[in-house]
Amino acid sequence: MTDVHIVGAGIHPFGRHDGKTGLDQGVFAINEALADAGVVWGDMQFAFGGSSAAGNADAVLPRLGLTGVQFINVANGCATGGSAILSGYWAIKSGEFDLGLVVGFDKHPRGAFNADPEEWGLPAWYGEAGMMLTTQFFGMKIQRYMGLHGIGAETLGLVAEKAFQNGAKTPHAWRREPVGLNVIMSSDLVSDPLTKYMFCAPAEGGAALVLASDRKMRELGLAGPRVRSAAVRTRVNGSFEVFSPSLEIERGPSPTELASKAAYEMAGLGPADIDVIQIQDTESGAEIMHMAENGFCAHGEQEKLIHDGATRLGGRMPINTDGGCLACGEPIGASGLRQVYENVQQLRGRSGARNVEGARLGYSQVYGAPGLSAVAILEA
Amino acid sequence: MSQRPLADGLYRLVDGAPRLLGGRRKSDGKLAFPLPQGAQGELYEPVELSSDGVLWSYTVQRFRPKTPYAGPGDDKSFRPYAVGYVELPGQIIVESHIATTDFNALRIGQPMRLTLMPFRREPDGTDVMIYGFKPATQTQEELTAS
Repeated sequence: MTDVHIVGAGIHPFGRHDGKTGLDQGVFAINEALADAGVVWGDMQFAFGGSSAAGNADAVLPRLGLTGVQFINVANGCATGGSAILSGYWAIKSGEFDLGLVVGFDKHPRGAFNADPEEWGLPAWYGEAGMMLTTQFFGMKIQRYMGLHGIGAETLGLVAEKAFQNGAKTPHAWRREPVGLNVIMSSDLVSDPLTKYMFCAPAEGGAALVLASDRKMRELGLAGPRVRSAAVRTRVNGSFEVFSPSLEIERGPSPTELASKAAYEMAGLGPADIDVIQIQDTESGAEIMHMAENGFCAHGEQEKLIHDGATRLGGRMPINTDGGCLACGEPIGASGLRQVYENVQQLRGRSGARNVEGARLGYSQVYGAPGLSAVAILEA
Repeated sequence: MSQRPLADGLYRLVDGAPRLLGGRRKSDGKLAFPLPQGAQGELYEPVELSSDGVLWSYTVQRFRPKTPYAGPGDDKSFRPYAVGYVELPGQIIVESHIATTDFNALRIGQPMRLTLMPFRREPDGTDVMIYGFKPATQTQEELTAS
């Protein structure tokens, strides 16, 4: 089977862009990715695209050219971007195709997401009662985790502080000003123990990647990181997921633990090999829990690692080097692709002030409702 | 002073005390909450869940949720409310409103007891009731023992 490489990467800056549709931002990202690789839209043999709130992803086609290319719309919640990459990876890995594109873009209304119980197979009263909120789920998940593993509230604040510091060094980030720990800790509570600055916000943006087989890459004289592995896993019995009116007493592994394990095995690598890390930080607590679920430390070790600065730029496990969801916001369709875009930039030494010197292996993990996780490992 | 539940089939009164209704899957005895309705409901038989448990986790809803939330008032009159998961030992962990405004006193592992609480008042004066768990100083077993 052939190796799969990322030979082009493009992004439309995340944030709020009045006067620009989500589609505009997706097309922008695609053109950036094609130009980065030095190929044209007509060269693409396939495309996978996702958008949650900005219309059909394949609406980019008339803008780019109706070439007859097979374009498949991908929808997998917050892990849509990760799922699009996996689809493109398989398409080339299978030997069926040599060159293609994955894209994600979005544009959400301001404020927290609201969900329709019926779409999730849940009774109407659950929504009416005010218990069907992602923000509550995140508050309760980290509340229990902090209680079980002895993690203090200030650690949540340090995660957000680092995110905004990294965002300040990232051209594609939305929040580009550092925010002090005191401001983070004393800002309004959204869902205890999480304050306003500890939550990411729905946003806008687009990201795209051009994927090529090893052979095609050489033929075209291109270069780019190799995808060592990509995996998606969904929830199993006993995992604690969003929108659950009840849970089983017997607890089980999370989809992130399963996807992570699969990706390491596929790549023949372990957490200690990784140089630069992007993990889902919907809120500060998610980054803390995902550090352990992705194998970078044991449960409870985060407290010391974060206080010691291990996860900052220059630390021994730099996490969310572009500020993650906290600094970039979360356009659902694009979020997982942003993580991979950031790793591509890091591995190519193009990250400027946030560059992780000599990084060879990059890890990304995106998590989505109602309980799935997508992991990709890249090698320079 | 009439009352109605937020939804049918959520709870029933047994000797004047509320009991949550869960479902026991006929094939393997596995518990579910809420009691599945419709076609899926045919696979379950109703079961009254324990009204005593311990707090498994909790948070406080600090802003008025968007629709489909159908609570009282508006953004201005909104009062934060606590929600949590309560473990009913040997049965299941259920999500619930927590009947307290003393949010800082909540602790994982504390005993909780099922109650009914007014959720909102309809224009005709009917109180729409919702189940909730309130902090209990002692469990039923401890009360019996003493």
